[in-house]
Amino acid sequence: MQILNEIRFTVPSLSVNESTARAVVSSFIVQADPTVEELSDIRTAVSEAVTNCIVHGYRNTSGVIDITVRLLPEREIYIRIKDNGCGIADIQQAMQPLFTTAPEEERSGLGFSVMESFMDKLTVKSKVGKGTTVTMRKKLSTHGY
Amino acid sequence: MKVNIKSENGTAIAVLSGEIDHHTAKMLRAELDKFVITMQPDILAIDLSGITFMDSSGIGLIIGRYKLIKECGGRLEIRSPQPYIRRMLKISGIERIVKII
Repeated sequence: MQILNEIRFTVPSLSVNESTARAVVSSFIVQADPTVEELSDIRTAVSEAVTNCIVHGYRNTSGVIDITVRLLPEREIYIRIKDNGCGIADIQQAMQPLFTTAPEEERSGLGFSVMESFMDKLTVKSKVGKGTTVTMRKKLSTHGY
Repeated sequence: MKVNIKSENGTAIAVLSGEIDHHTAKMLRAELDKFVITMQPDILAIDLSGITFMDSSGIGLIIGRYKLIKECGGRLEIRSPQPYIRRMLKISGIERIVKII
């Protein structure tokens, strides 16, 4: 993978860091000159993935969330969001729209559906007791290029 | 994140501004529920015109308020979402149960 630029950062699994993660990723992505809609899509997908780490990965515990964002050739954005939490036993079930294990927190069960809709590619890898890694890619439009 | 609620002739309009995510939804949920339970409005209208970001936590927030106001004998409306927010509402299918104006 040829990497044109990259940022890596770690945040504690505090809900206030959902907006921190969005802000850092947005400010990095801006160099690729995304459209307003593309930037909104990426911010939303990041917010969903980070929230999943906090609500599901580290439920009732705490830990760190590792975030890597890469700018790849041909205006492609690569984002990896990783936790060392409880992991997902059945990824297929977890990715079904409206499925949630946290209804008491009013989770809508749409997190993965939103990531899939707003990004071009979504990969979820998880091991029970080890954690979950979400990888997303999106090609930015070539307006003005 | 700010919420400003005004009530007139049985309709409560909650004007939200800022960003809705899992973190801010907790505060919004508490504010809106306190008002609905105390005032029991016929209609709760959530005005999203000032919302600059919303992820699926906003959908959970809306569904929760829909259930609460229904239990109290009222109904929920969503008003003035920006195009990006409208897209999120569409993905959720919430427009089948809540009127979006």
